[in-house]
Amino acid sequence: MRRLGLRSIALLYLAAILVGPLAIVFYRTFENGVGDAWSALSSPDALHAFTLTLIIAAIAVPLNTVFGILCALAIVRRRFRGKGILNAFIDLPLALSPVVVGLSLFLLYGRTGWLGGWLERHDLQVLFALPAMVIATVFVSLPFVAREVVPTLREIGDEQEQAARTLGASGWQTFWRITLPAIRWAVIYGVVLTTARCLGEYGAVAVVSGRIQGQTETATLRVEERYDSFDLAGAYAISIVLALIAIAVLLAMTAIRPREASA
Amino acid sequence: MSIHVRNISKRFGAFTALDDVSLEVESGSLTALLGPSGSGKSTLLRIIAGLETPDSGIVEISGEDATDLRPQKRNVGFVFQHYAAFKHMTVRDNVGFGLAIRKRPKVEIRERVDRLLELVQLQDFGHRYPAQLSGGQRQRMALARALAPEPRVLLLDEPFGALDARVRAELREWLRRLHDEVHVTTIFVTHDQAEAMDVAGQIAVMNHARVEQVGTPAELYEEPATAFVMRFVGEANEVGDRLVRPHDLELSQVPLARGVEALVDRVVRLGFEVRVELTTADGAPLLAQLSRDAVAGLELEQGQIVWVAPTASREFASAG
Repeated sequence: MRRLGLRSIALLYLAAILVGPLAIVFYRTFENGVGDAWSALSSPDALHAFTLTLIIAAIAVPLNTVFGILCALAIVRRRFRGKGILNAFIDLPLALSPVVVGLSLFLLYGRTGWLGGWLERHDLQVLFALPAMVIATVFVSLPFVAREVVPTLREIGDEQEQAARTLGASGWQTFWRITLPAIRWAVIYGVVLTTARCLGEYGAVAVVSGRIQGQTETATLRVEERYDSFDLAGAYAISIVLALIAIAVLLAMTAIRPREASA
Repeated sequence: MSIHVRNISKRFGAFTALDDVSLEVESGSLTALLGPSGSGKSTLLRIIAGLETPDSGIVEISGEDATDLRPQKRNVGFVFQHYAAFKHMTVRDNVGFGLAIRKRPKVEIRERVDRLLELVQLQDFGHRYPAQLSGGQRQRMALARALAPEPRVLLLDEPFGALDARVRAELREWLRRLHDEVHVTTIFVTHDQAEAMDVAGQIAVMNHARVEQVGTPAELYEEPATAFVMRFVGEANEVGDRLVRPHDLELSQVPLARGVEALVDRVVRLGFEVRVELTTADGAPLLAQLSRDAVAGLELEQGQIVWVAPTASREFASAG
């Protein structure tokens, strides 16, 4: 009885907070048929927004994967000064509001910012362009790979790596043949989470992008822009695609999990 | 290949793991590093393998200075207490790893792996994964893996420590036979004196970051250099400021010259050996080991007062 009660509370909570609103979005999108939604998605600006979102993710995810694995290795396998600080700083993007991240980039790269003058002299456009949007996205999606890989590295220990060294493997060979296969599911899991975060990022990118339609407008920014222009069907349609991607990501994670447990 | 360790010191923070340790291991010998936990024996083994760097001192492997050589260049085989099996590889790939790293031809690797699997009696398990093997089988796989690249020396860190008593005894016997066959210079670390005396030709007894004594099992037992060695290698009673082996105590119902009176607490009959636990008049516990025949004539019973006298004993400068 007690367990049933707990379960109902959990399910009701989920329904109220998540499923309900999501269902309404689905309903509203297709209220007037598929036609409206389709034309909203196939407009050049919408296609550009999706493409831009994918480009940013395609740059940010590999960067954060490599950096995340390196950080995890440093935190678990090395002894050095300032390790505690590194460990704490990796979590910073989780604690910091994305708007603050965007603002700090603004202060750094803006015309009056620390690097703004230098960039302008060399005719480099960072703010209101792809570079700033990528930097903002990299920042907010930074911790996921490292946070997944650190506990796995701790759990497998370093004896396998030491054994590989005594058998003649170099550091590089040990990484590719022993360490990476041992942490592969944690890396994949981290990549999935990073990708989800990159596709859904709004706050930091909103601040640094300038939101120029057809140029620096990502999918999430376009949802907001369509909504503000009273094009509800357009806003809903883009939201649906983002929601479907999120669901696909969740399904991918549940597919990975049991294999991870048995590995 | 011989191993010479000269004046090695190693500290971990405030803890001294090795304090000016020197050791010579002859080519082809089977040596045990014996000592309680924290005595520095594993650290010494790991320094020989290159897995730890000494603060000072020199490691020579077959006459060459190997102190600054990386582990992958030392050509040593290392076996870990918890096997360190490569979990994502089959038994065959585990054993062949060292050869694959050296880019040996596939045919050669296959033949050598076959030979080694036969040597460790795992020929039917080549396609299994480590998770599908028992502890004893995993450790045999780890041994085959360490031997595959034909190492100059074989180092084993508490190799049987994680196994149950029966498998331990089996692998001990098996390591000794393997050493007779392969003749690779071998050092193994253990805290079990019976294991060291059973397997090794030479034992280095370690205590508090130092080597107390190096010798054959018989030398250590018969001529212990320090009180620690006498206590750690075999059992010893404290009688005044001297140490006595339990089998060097004579028991009698009648007064003995240089003897003391003691109360019989317990008589444990283990077949041929009979262990008698006693307490002397001044409260010191004593253990006597007698043969079944010797006890038969004494009619020992719990609660009895008997006379005890040492037939042989040793005195050490400092009773450390």
